[in-house]
Amino acid sequence: MALTHNSEKYDPKNPALKWFNDRLPLLSFGKEHFVDFPTPKNLNYWWTFGMILALCLGVQIVTGIILAMHFTPHVDLAFNSVEHIRRDVNWGRIIQGTHAVGASMFFFAVYVHIFRGLFYGSYKAPREVLWMLGVIIFLLMMATAFMGYVLPWGQMSFWAATVITNIFAAIPLVGEPILQWLRGGFAVDNATLNRFFSLHYLLPFVIAAVVMLHIWALHIPGNGNPTGVEPKDSHDTVPFTPYATIKDLFAVSVFLIPFAWFVFFAPDILGHPDNYIMANSQVTPPHIVPEWYFLPFYAILRAIDFNILFIDSKLGGVIFFAGSILILFFLPWLDVSKVRSGSFRPMFRIFFWVFVLDFLLLMYLGAQPAEGIYVTLAKVATAYYFLHFLVILPVVSRIETPKPLPTSISEAVLAKPA
Amino acid sequence: MIKAKTILMAIALAGLFSAPANASGTAGVEPKFSDWTFGGLFGTYDEHQLQRGFQVFREVCAACHSANLISFRNLSEEGGLNYSESQVKALAAEYTIADPASLDGERSGIPADRWPAPFATEQDARDANNGALPPDFSVLAKARTVQRPGLGWIMNYFIAYQEGGPDYVYNLMTNYAEAPHDVEIPAGQYYNAFFGGGIAMAPPLADGLVTYDDASVPMTTEQYAKDVSAFMMWMAEPHLIARKELGFKVLIILSAFAVLMYLTKRKLWSNVKH
Ligand code: HEC
Ligand code: HEM
Repeated sequence: MALTHNSEKYDPKNPALKWFNDRLPLLSFGKEHFVDFPTPKNLNYWWTFGMILALCLGVQIVTGIILAMHFTPHVDLAFNSVEHIRRDVNWGRIIQGTHAVGASMFFFAVYVHIFRGLFYGSYKAPREVLWMLGVIIFLLMMATAFMGYVLPWGQMSFWAATVITNIFAAIPLVGEPILQWLRGGFAVDNATLNRFFSLHYLLPFVIAAVVMLHIWALHIPGNGNPTGVEPKDSHDTVPFTPYATIKDLFAVSVFLIPFAWFVFFAPDILGHPDNYIMANSQVTPPHIVPEWYFLPFYAILRAIDFNILFIDSKLGGVIFFAGSILILFFLPWLDVSKVRSGSFRPMFRIFFWVFVLDFLLLMYLGAQPAEGIYVTLAKVATAYYFLHFLVILPVVSRIETPKPLPTSISEAVLAKPA
Repeated sequence: MIKAKTILMAIALAGLFSAPANASGTAGVEPKFSDWTFGGLFGTYDEHQLQRGFQVFREVCAACHSANLISFRNLSEEGGLNYSESQVKALAAEYTIADPASLDGERSGIPADRWPAPFATEQDARDANNGALPPDFSVLAKARTVQRPGLGWIMNYFIAYQEGGPDYVYNLMTNYAEAPHDVEIPAGQYYNAFFGGGIAMAPPLADGLVTYDDASVPMTTEQYAKDVSAFMMWMAEPHLIARKELGFKVLIILSAFAVLMYLTKRKLWSNVKH
């Protein structure tokens, strides 16, 4: 299954293609990795989200390139140039709407993909690097989405940029210089807008490159599956094409239905009305809220409003904020259970769903004003978030008695009630 | 098990969508939600209403509010006010446009011109309005919204609610009142119960202020408010109708494609026990 020594397997009949393939075995490569690739036959629909994500990335890149043709990265012109796209560019409203809604759909899909991994233990050996590449992709996605959100230069764009870049000022000693370096000045201004545009165009291609590594790392051990028992022989797998391809295509077309619903019937509903007001550094919006997909992490950032020993609250918030994602890198070593799939782990399974609820609670709290009961709840939910990774997973994985595993995928499939 | 999972997923989805529930809105009175002709899935603009709203805008609001992204030619676009091109040409010609390139720095308007702003600079606009700036109308209808009480926001996603702007403007226009005794209104401001206090805009509408051609339409503040709100929605979202029409086609094609894919998948997998 490795990426090399594959050219002898497949010989195109057509002489021209054969000539080419002998010199650059692109066709053999494609045949091996996208047609013959053995795929566990018991994958459920949670495994279609990888393909859905690939589609999302493609949609963002294509629509984004078109938008960039009409967008003007200047503080006086950016807001109106986006409006110009909506009004005057052919198909502009659809392209702009698809890109904006697409960001939300992308994050929805990535959360499903990540939680799939969390439930089925996809991060466990031998897929640790695959998982860590995923976490890198997730970080890159967050950076890209954040910078993209700044481009239309509305009130939320501007204030999100201000609040989020401000985070860096909390770093001791070098914070202030880093802040100015990021912004290209003392405040968020034209220089900030220009560099964000440049980086927002660049990063998706970096993501695409990391996705290729991600898929490479996937094709070394092959897909995991809902039982967590690795395929034994060819009875346990089906060729990727047509079996997985058609299933993925079906899933993608279902995914596109709510996607289109938002694009065509409510393209602004996932955004904030304040972003239809041009950025104004003199007027602070009453509630500065990030897009929904950042809310859990925003809640964690705000939850730390007290000093911890010599660490002041601002720096503490940043540490927890960064830690909440970086902790995912260590997950393969925090959860030591030999059993991958949550289906066979009675205790883990409960805690998994509690964690999902905790994450949703954080998401809800991120949208609420930082006052009263919300502050207390945010602290509890933040504490639980870290407790899950640092205490619950290590302990549960040591004390839990897993259910007996099937000896093979085929056995598990046969045992299923028809 | 499946059941528990399904329920949890439903909660999860609801949670995901809960995020933008914090949209801006004001604390004052309970807002009234109107039945807009362009609301819902099948709604379209009523060109007569838009034309009346335009009349209100032109005769009243345009004295203070600009609409910098609107050109005269937009008024003849399909799916909107549907004025004829000659009507728009005649209308544009009524206005003088500052144009440094023409002989005496001025000329009469043409359809390609932008809607002329009432004040030359922001400072002029503030000077004329007690220091407050009347916001530009081009996208104002999308920069405001009204919150539904309780969990009503969940419904918004399913009815594709995007009439928050016009609902906001309508409520703003119809809730000017005497200030309650315990509320102090600064000089140059006017009490508006929906705004939740003083606003620097004097009540712009009054019964009978604008004379409609169509005598069957009531000439009341309420009717003006409705019409001008609809017009503002059109300004902010001029291609709403075309977008929805295309949306239906896309949804139908996607659904058909999904069904085909499902049937293909089922046929293909029928000989694989999985
Ligand atoms: C005499 C000048 C004047 C006229 C005429 C006028 N407005 Fe205003 N309008 C203002 C000013 C000034 C503000 C800013 C108020 C503030 O910030 O307190 C404003 C603000 C607004 C707002 C924004 C309120 C908010 O949420 O911040 C809306 C909506 C609005 N006007 C609608 C209208 C409509 C519709 C009309 C015509 C029927 C109209 N205005 C006519 C001066 C005017
Ligand atoms: C642009 C974003 C991404 C793309 C295009 C992508 C693509 C894919 C694809 C095509 C697969 C195989 C099919 C599947 O299992 O769904 C896969 C598997 C996987 N992905 Fe991703 N991915 C992305 C982001 C992530 C992220 C953010 C993570 C985790 C933080 C992640 C972790 C994994 C893991 C662990 C697997 C293996 C699952 C298994 O086989 O059991 N991916 N990815």
